[in-house]
Amino acid sequence: MRMFTRRRVHGTGNGTKRLELTDGSRVGVVGGGPAGSFFSFFLLSMAESIDLEIDVDIYEPRFFTHRGPAGCNHCGGIISESLVQMLAAEGINLPPTVVQQGIDSYVLHTDQGDVTIQAPRDEKRIAAVYRGNGPRESEPVEVAGFDRHLLDLTSSSGAKIVKKLARSIGWEEGRPRVTSVDGQSKEYDLLVMAMGVNSQALNLFSNAGPGFGAPETQRTFICEFRLGADVIKEWFGTSMHVFLLDIPRLGFAAIIPKGDFVTLCLLGDDLDDALVESVLGSPEVRRCFPGGVVPPLACHCYPRINTEAAVRPFADRMVWIGDCGVARLYKDGIGSAYRTAKAAAKAAVFHGVSGDSFKEHFWPACRSLDVDNSIAKVVFGVTHLIQHSKVLRRGVVRMTVREQARKGGTKQMSNVLWDTFTGSAPYRDILRRTMNPGFPLALGWNIVAGSMPFGRGRRKEKATNGR
Amino acid sequence: MEGSALGRVYADGEVVVRQGEPGDCMFTLQEGRLEVLTHQEGRGEVQIGIMEKGAIFGEMAIFEREVRSATVRALGEARVLTIDKKSFLRRIQEDPSLAFNLVRIMSKRIRRLSGQAQDRRAGSDRRTLGDRRHTNRRTSA
Repeated sequence: MRMFTRRRVHGTGNGTKRLELTDGSRVGVVGGGPAGSFFSFFLLSMAESIDLEIDVDIYEPRFFTHRGPAGCNHCGGIISESLVQMLAAEGINLPPTVVQQGIDSYVLHTDQGDVTIQAPRDEKRIAAVYRGNGPRESEPVEVAGFDRHLLDLTSSSGAKIVKKLARSIGWEEGRPRVTSVDGQSKEYDLLVMAMGVNSQALNLFSNAGPGFGAPETQRTFICEFRLGADVIKEWFGTSMHVFLLDIPRLGFAAIIPKGDFVTLCLLGDDLDDALVESVLGSPEVRRCFPGGVVPPLACHCYPRINTEAAVRPFADRMVWIGDCGVARLYKDGIGSAYRTAKAAAKAAVFHGVSGDSFKEHFWPACRSLDVDNSIAKVVFGVTHLIQHSKVLRRGVVRMTVREQARKGGTKQMSNVLWDTFTGSAPYRDILRRTMNPGFPLALGWNIVAGSMPFGRGRRKEKATNGR
Repeated sequence: MEGSALGRVYADGEVVVRQGEPGDCMFTLQEGRLEVLTHQEGRGEVQIGIMEKGAIFGEMAIFEREVRSATVRALGEARVLTIDKKSFLRRIQEDPSLAFNLVRIMSKRIRRLSGQAQDRRAGSDRRTLGDRRHTNRRTSA
């Protein structure tokens, strides 16, 4: 039997009190998505490394085993190239039952032609996954959702999954207390808020911690089309398909192949049915499907994404991670969950659970994402210009086609587009690369050459994409 | 082997890394088995180990500018994922704890090699003692 020694509050010598986790401390996590699972996994692993015994409860009423919206976390389901590598280095591998499709290339579709951008290495390092157990109408096949996989991993490392909805959060002698729907309540030494921005819990608990302000969000559109694995292999291959379409209010459109389905993700201003119809009716999207006919939607939703960091996502004995705290703008939401969850776990185990400790050891990781998001706005501003200028689109496609056609040499535009689409590199790196004098010169030349009124310059570009 | 899975599939006998070549990445074995070989004077390629699913290898290239110390070859079909040196080291600067799993793996490897060296030394001592006894017996005879 374990001996619990409670040394919760210590004097630090300067008159202030230090809150820290000790043997027998209890940690509650509200939300069993990637942020909650990553946090619990790393917290338990780090605690074990210093012989600290703590109990972790994850409040997650969903099983992530239902098909359709009930088991889904409403997201495009892309695990970025950088996250796949970092997880592998941590010893967390994604089995084929979880990865619906390994992605090794991107196809950029524009009205000026298509171009395939191959991965820097000849291998699949981007994972297309289901967050739940597949879309509505999917067959009961050997599929494991990403969230379920992480939750199982966390459970096997010692976390307890409480399959109940957290109904309210209160405070008892300076400690947070969670009351679940069945009326049972439990007090914790640290409470971690790891719910998504689409969860009712975020509205319900936004006043749970002093000073916290919920993040700004934006509406997106995600849907699935059922085509069958063979058709998908022939028409979409192992590529993610990205569209630069000159449609008002549209920010970004992508199609991701996943087993028997493809997922369409749209970002834009005031996204509504009319904008979705415009995208689905565009020739660039229609020609991706057999016979140029977009099939009926199998499953769809309008989830929200984090676009502006939460205000003060930490307090004494409380921290907000993942989407309800800070996330990378438009890309790599799961990678943001991994970073913020790990930073919070590290702060809690090695530095304490006071607001000051989180400010010093957790907040810098969030701030780094937030600063990068400011730079992202510049990058996406430029992308927006390209999207709505035929001359620029032609120049970008021309430059990329030529880079992809030659073996070796620097592939400036390809690398910038790859990192922008995949979310593999920080936006500040992408911006820095575009400021290399050779980049604007090469782009300028391709814009001029592509705009010549006759000859090879104006022909529609088409690089191989398997069809 | 699942074609849609992550990484690259290597055919039986295909070389993943070759001894003496420069390296700019490390690897994780996602599925299958790999054999580790070193070239020894007069003996050619000698198998010194077999790696199973989950193994991480080639990590010395991440921390040193040395060439690969051994050849790694697929034993049957194997699926391998590459981790880039540049992106890994950049992330370590932001999150040094990322290196902890590697340190643990390298520590286990050193412990195993120390054990093997000890076993070899003990075997060699036993042989020396046996030889000495044999020589003594012959001398006294």
